[in-house]
Amino acid sequence: MSAIFFYNFIFYSTAVIAVVATLLMITRHNAVHALLYLIISSLSMAIIFYLLGAPFAAVLEVIIYAGAVMILFVFVVMMLNLGHRSVEQEAAWLPAKGWIVPSILAAVLLMLLVAGLGEPENLRGVHLVGVKEVGIVLFGPYLLVVELASFLLLAGLVGAYHLARRSTPPTPKYGDAQSHFTPVSDSEADEAATDQRIEEGKA
Amino acid sequence: MDILWLIPTLPLLGFTILVLSSGRMPREKARVVGIGSIALSFMTTLYIATQYYAAASHGLDHGAGFTVSLWPWIVAGDLNLNFSLYLDGLSLSMLFVITGVGTLIHIYASGYMWDDPDYTRFFTYMNLFVAAMLMLVLADNLVLMFLGWEGVGLCSFLLIGFWYKDPENGFAARKAFVVTRAGDTAFAIGLFLLFRELGSLEIQEILHRATDEWEVGANMPTLIAILLLGGAVGKSAQLPLQTWLPDAMAGPTPVSALIHAATMVTAGVYLIARTHPVFLLSPTAMTLVASVGLITLLIAGFTALNQWDIKRVLAYSTMSQIGYMFLALGVEAWDSSIFHLMTHALFKALLFLTAGSIILALHHEQDIRKMGGLRKQLPVPFWCFLIGSACLIALPPTSGFWSKEPILLAAWEVDPVFWAGAVLGAFLTAIYTTRLMILVFFYTPEGGPPETHEPKGWQLHPPLIILAALSLVAGAFHLPAADALPHAHEHHPPLWVEVTGILLPLVGIFIGYQVFLKEKWQGLRLANQQALRDFLAKGWGFDWLYDALLVKPFLTLARLNRNDLVDLVPKGVVVASTQCYYFFSRGQNGQLRFYVATMAAAAIMIISLALFT
Amino acid sequence: MTDAVIIDHAFILAAILFCLGLTGVLVRRNLVFVLISLEVMLNAAGLAFIAAGSAWGQADGQIMFLAVVTLGAAEVAVGLGLTLLLFRRFNSIDIDQLNKLKG
Repeated sequence: MSAIFFYNFIFYSTAVIAVVATLLMITRHNAVHALLYLIISSLSMAIIFYLLGAPFAAVLEVIIYAGAVMILFVFVVMMLNLGHRSVEQEAAWLPAKGWIVPSILAAVLLMLLVAGLGEPENLRGVHLVGVKEVGIVLFGPYLLVVELASFLLLAGLVGAYHLARRSTPPTPKYGDAQSHFTPVSDSEADEAATDQRIEEGKA
Repeated sequence: MDILWLIPTLPLLGFTILVLSSGRMPREKARVVGIGSIALSFMTTLYIATQYYAAASHGLDHGAGFTVSLWPWIVAGDLNLNFSLYLDGLSLSMLFVITGVGTLIHIYASGYMWDDPDYTRFFTYMNLFVAAMLMLVLADNLVLMFLGWEGVGLCSFLLIGFWYKDPENGFAARKAFVVTRAGDTAFAIGLFLLFRELGSLEIQEILHRATDEWEVGANMPTLIAILLLGGAVGKSAQLPLQTWLPDAMAGPTPVSALIHAATMVTAGVYLIARTHPVFLLSPTAMTLVASVGLITLLIAGFTALNQWDIKRVLAYSTMSQIGYMFLALGVEAWDSSIFHLMTHALFKALLFLTAGSIILALHHEQDIRKMGGLRKQLPVPFWCFLIGSACLIALPPTSGFWSKEPILLAAWEVDPVFWAGAVLGAFLTAIYTTRLMILVFFYTPEGGPPETHEPKGWQLHPPLIILAALSLVAGAFHLPAADALPHAHEHHPPLWVEVTGILLPLVGIFIGYQVFLKEKWQGLRLANQQALRDFLAKGWGFDWLYDALLVKPFLTLARLNRNDLVDLVPKGVVVASTQCYYFFSRGQNGQLRFYVATMAAAAIMIISLALFT
Repeated sequence: MTDAVIIDHAFILAAILFCLGLTGVLVRRNLVFVLISLEVMLNAAGLAFIAAGSAWGQADGQIMFLAVVTLGAAEVAVGLGLTLLLFRRFNSIDIDQLNKLKG
């Protein structure tokens, strides 16, 4: 059993796991199950990154993707209460014949993409690109990428904060009867009201 | 000769003044402008004539003419046209007729139309007409002549339909315009052919080059001559385009006198006389000209026998006399034709104006069955009409005799058939003229002569008297045109030919006297044969023929195409774009998944394009 | 060489994952699931970048992957915020019903 055989075995099996996990993910009715499958898919992607000689990317994938982004999704799923109560709804929304056209489109696109790949002889093999090298490049020629990324993240942060906020009470003016703020409430009463509205929305 | 340009410009100036005054000018001033412009033109013509004769007596070649070039008009490629006027004997004769007779008719009209509310408009149109006619006659190139040709056609339309509130007058005006338009198209095609073959449109150039270029009997001059003849028959109301002239009597009487007796209808004769070298190159065309003239004069003569409207009798009589002019042109009696044109202008204008006086006196009554025995009540019209009729019948020693006899003799020289037809025509002329005289002035119906009232206005009688005097003595004048046209051959016909030509009209007078006054030989009258009489009275059925051949198919086609096939193209564009709009707006349904699918499909297309091309 | 085949197969894997993600976007009606499938597509694109960077032996692939991940994170944050807002407003996260932007 040579190292290369071992290497290929891990690569192909991880690839199969990734594909199967994604396939399962897009067909689940339960949101939480889908998210879990997505996490599996991301983890296998991380292994593949490592095998391709990109340890920095692998770690990034685990921390940011499987960590932060998925947790964000889980939070929203919880807030929207898309748990076992919405399974019937999802089942209703996924009839069998709704899969035909998207599958055909995706299959055609896949065939074209694979056909466009060309001959593999010109490709060189796998090279290890370590963290140190990435760090040097990041602080060198690609300095601006960091800045741009921070812009993007700031915009995302402000946008997300503003959009997800509950509506504020009216700001008091001088001479109003009220003399103090009522703070933004995150009370049980609001949660109950949201629940009720979900129920009404489903009906 | 420098002031030659004043002759057509003065009436044009009169027209402009009257148009710009737009009806605000009082009638007294309007008539001064209207008559004055023509009268000044006439005086300029006299002055020019003295200069012409002075130059001629200094030994200038009698056939030559004077060209006055005003400014370059159209310069395009090979076409080089100037706005230039040409004066020779022929155009000088025509100038005298137009301005002289025109002045007299204008004076008459200022009295005749006095009670009409559109007084100023009348003189506006008349001045424009005279300007256009003068331009026609003085033109040095065929395009300028065509300008005048169209101008007189337009003014004829405007003046026939002068009382436009009655739709019948509008129909008559439109009929005149459309029928002459057919002739104008032939004229235009002839112009195009002349330009293509000879490379120029100046008349004198053309006439020189034509004799160099073509030999006698060639195809091209025949074709061109026939096309020019087509234009001439349209304007001069000869076969087959003669149907408009009787209906044109819907216009006021001075209009009939000026346009449809003296000037516009003679434009065709002028055209053929002007371009006679082209016609001389084609014996076929000459025969055709003579035949057209002959047949028209016979048809018109027969028809005039059956008319009850005094103006229509005179209209058919005009048609017949112009037929004589065409016949004269066809038998190469050029100067006789122009001489007959001049004398005819004089006595036909006289007859029309006299008829106008009678009509006015009888409160606008034009039916001769309601007239009779008027010679005591209307003395001046009676004597004038008598003189005019004598000229029309060509009794010696009136001017009509001196102009018609040479035509008959020239016809004998060419072909006895032509002569026989012409003499028959003279016979018919005598009969219908006598009929007219008797029914209007002599024959007194049972109830007595109708009521007349003397029309007011001093302008009505003097022109009649002047015209009557001129008709009597015009035979003595030497025609300036004779110098510009080739001389006819000397005639030496047998004596019996001349005698028959003089006697037969007298026989006709006698027959007319017997039938209409003494009421004998009533079997000759066609009043008992209704069908034949209707056929003859309606101009030998030409109106019916043209209606069936041309008008009805056209109207049927127009009715079939009511929804306008050609309009389907723009409508189709509208329909197509609306359908595209509906189709494409279905892709804007707001469905996110549809948009993503579209993007995926587009990506597929782009990638396959990139991969496979 | 097997290594080169690995790179090629990595590209094929990326293509497969991308198309699966696309299918997910096209099929699901729940807005959250659409966003999840979108994440899968971004992931696949990132894999393609990594594989290319590995083939050339340069760090550029990983830098691009960093940018892609940043983009994905920001987009998810804003997208989920919008989802919450939409849910509160229309009481539904069915994207077939959220079709007000039509012509």
